[in-house]
Amino acid sequence: MMSGGRFRVITMSTHSKGAVMTGNAIKKRDDVSIVIAGEAGQGIQTVEHILTKVLKAAGYNIFGTKEYMSRVRGGSNSTQIRVSSKRVSAPVDRIDILIPFGREALRHVSKRVTSDTAIIGEREELSDSVLGATEEIIGIPFSEIAREVGGKLYLNTVATGVIAGLFDVGMGVFDDHIRKFFSDAEDDIIEKNRNAARKGYEAAEKLNESGTVVVAIDKDPDVASEILINGAEAVGIGAIAGGCNFVASYPMSPSTAVLVFLSVHSAEFQIIAEQTEDEIGAMNMALGAWYAGARAMVTTSGGGFALMEESVGLAGMLESPVVIHLAQRPGPATGLPTRTEQGDLQLALYSGHGEFPRIILAPGALEDAVYLTHMAFNLADRYQIPVFILTDQYLMDSYYNLPSVNLKDTRVVNYVVRTDAEYQRYALTETGVSPRGIPGFGTGLVSVDSDEHDEKGHITEDLELRVQMVDKRLAKIHEMETDAVAPELVGSADYTFLVVGWGSTYHVIREAIGKLDRDDVSFLHFKQVYPLHRETVHYLKRAKQVIMVEGNATSQFANLITRHTGFAIRDRIVKYNGLQFSVEEVVAKVQKIVNQEV
Amino acid sequence: MNTNLFEMGDIDIAWCPGCGNYSILDALKLALTELQIVPEKLVIVSGIGQAAKIPHYLRTNVFNGLHGRAVPVATAIRAVNTELTVIAEGGDGDMYGEGGNHFIHAMRRNPNITHIVHNNMVYALTKGQASPTSQWGFKTPVQVAGVMEEPFNAIAIAISQDASFVARALASDVEKTKNILQRAIAHKGYALVDIFQHCLSFNKVNTYQWFKDNTYYLEDDHDPHDRQRAFERATEKGQFPLGIFYMNPAKPCFEETLSAYRVSREPLFKRRPDMESLIALVDGKRGG
Repeated sequence: MMSGGRFRVITMSTHSKGAVMTGNAIKKRDDVSIVIAGEAGQGIQTVEHILTKVLKAAGYNIFGTKEYMSRVRGGSNSTQIRVSSKRVSAPVDRIDILIPFGREALRHVSKRVTSDTAIIGEREELSDSVLGATEEIIGIPFSEIAREVGGKLYLNTVATGVIAGLFDVGMGVFDDHIRKFFSDAEDDIIEKNRNAARKGYEAAEKLNESGTVVVAIDKDPDVASEILINGAEAVGIGAIAGGCNFVASYPMSPSTAVLVFLSVHSAEFQIIAEQTEDEIGAMNMALGAWYAGARAMVTTSGGGFALMEESVGLAGMLESPVVIHLAQRPGPATGLPTRTEQGDLQLALYSGHGEFPRIILAPGALEDAVYLTHMAFNLADRYQIPVFILTDQYLMDSYYNLPSVNLKDTRVVNYVVRTDAEYQRYALTETGVSPRGIPGFGTGLVSVDSDEHDEKGHITEDLELRVQMVDKRLAKIHEMETDAVAPELVGSADYTFLVVGWGSTYHVIREAIGKLDRDDVSFLHFKQVYPLHRETVHYLKRAKQVIMVEGNATSQFANLITRHTGFAIRDRIVKYNGLQFSVEEVVAKVQKIVNQEV
Repeated sequence: MNTNLFEMGDIDIAWCPGCGNYSILDALKLALTELQIVPEKLVIVSGIGQAAKIPHYLRTNVFNGLHGRAVPVATAIRAVNTELTVIAEGGDGDMYGEGGNHFIHAMRRNPNITHIVHNNMVYALTKGQASPTSQWGFKTPVQVAGVMEEPFNAIAIAISQDASFVARALASDVEKTKNILQRAIAHKGYALVDIFQHCLSFNKVNTYQWFKDNTYYLEDDHDPHDRQRAFERATEKGQFPLGIFYMNPAKPCFEETLSAYRVSREPLFKRRPDMESLIALVDGKRGG
């Protein structure tokens, strides 16, 4: 509860000047959660873009994520930026500093507002009891400042200035970022934005001087030179590292950012990037491209992928490599277009009719998104199968800083052979993998066929050959399993409780497990969800109790594990409201299960 | 002429004796031979249907994919290796029905591929239902009262979309079909060749003789660069004109517009990613 109209958020690390003020601190922490909320069109994205960069440049570790409605104007959206002296890479419910652009915005995040939340905004607009009697607004006349500068269009830049000021990023550094961000705008617009930014910054300095809001977190100068990327960029970088030189797709949230990334860099990396008439065309182009020697991928979401399914089967029959980036959002059908879910694991696993092998990778950390996407191209080429990168809206849209991504260990492994006159595309081999030739490279002919075919690739209805061909295609699974990416164990190997997760929940669960601070609880994260690593069941059997955490309603991965190992997972923490788990949520739910057992 | 290069020898062909597909296969082999195209540098992409079996019946590189999907596959093959001659071939149901959307957008994209459509106005592989090009009143076991839909006029649609080469041939006239195919394959850009073809088993209306009686060749003085006139000819009532209706060789083709070929013409399979640039790209994410 607040007192006397003065609201003080003091956040600090023990090494900072803020330590002096311990007595006055409402909360003492070394990471601050900022939320900016408003309508689409009010420029929250711009705030996020500038702040994540400038805060990092000032030496803070940052994590940024957003949730937004499927509309271009209006509605209620919010962006969370965590700022810390330590690495942060997961969303929290807690809001330390909230900047709501209007009453609706405040209402939108009201469930997350506590008496510890510093709400910075326009008193006149917000104080009229949006949340009941308890809230107190730290007044900054955003609209008035924006009007003075040139119009309410500049409101978001003022807000950016306030945050930058509170975190003392330095006016010079801040001004550089503002100029850089608006560099394509007309001079007048740049000037107005610089003004708006400066006035916001100065307003924050006053809050700081008066002790209304004081932020004191250690900066680490090394952080300033780290990289800052989001999931979409990580997948894009990984694709290029894996030799991707062809991408065909039809735009669909939340997968489009990868198509955009590869298109923007297409000239530099000699990538053919084509927006197709539909997803069916995209997938067929990708298969044509692999056939002729390119390394192709498609990027799509559930609904678009549903259209590609027939061609996933074609890849299975042709034994064509293909990389499919499937960024999940809640379905079925159009579902929640801008939200997140882990609901398409089964779709990927069972897509395409008939029986054929595939690999499904599911990165959680951004480093893994780079490395696994790169690896997907080599795996697809090696086994001549579809390889999925299963991400989601949350991963696509989340940023954090990291020292770098490991490109040293990436390599493009070439599996294409030069053909001779006797070449047979589907020569029967022990491993099931036939050397893959391409047309125009060598003296042989390359025939691939969606019908059941003979070794030469021509139609057959020889039923004995049919059995041999099925066996050949499925034989690859043996080596694929041997080669599977091992799950990552976080915490002690001597655990009682094992929390299991996959894909984008990696950092959330990891941080939650850290917060639980119990040596008997460990976390097992799967970056490859199919085929399962052979050690999987041993990890599970070592636990007294296994707890699955996943972002869907039916616990698809728990079911997959049971089906493939016989191991039943009873405790399942699921979420399917379109939002990622928060750290607090995982802590509370895991704690409840763990405490019951003790 | 000796078409030995493309001969498969003694193979089992699934077409009915006397099928129009045989003449198209002959015309195609002759056209390819005269153009001195070698099988190793040719890819024929097809979908599903009797016509779509054609690549299995001549010696070449084959991509026999899904129903309706040959065109995007062919587009991509040509885009990643411009040293290849690429043909997408199939029937009217395959290309105009299931593949209709790809047909429309291929004309916009203008890849340097030849799009050959065997048009017998019926579904033969599925035993005699209507196709998009079936004529008014055509009765089948499914369209029991006769087809009540406007026949798909691929030639008129292609001209309306400014497709860069638009022609119609008649399968039974191997010599002229060969000539048209030759022009189409040599043409730089997307080339549509719709080939009228009788179906002995399932189309008792549009027979070998019917096609003879209901078609004629465009006059020698027809100007294929006159789009308005070409459209008029494509929408004439009565007999169907044959020959090259329209061409627009000035259109840039898809591969020419790709940045991947600005510096080098090398096929993509010979290239490796520029890791130095990628490291620089990642370093660019450091800001500052």
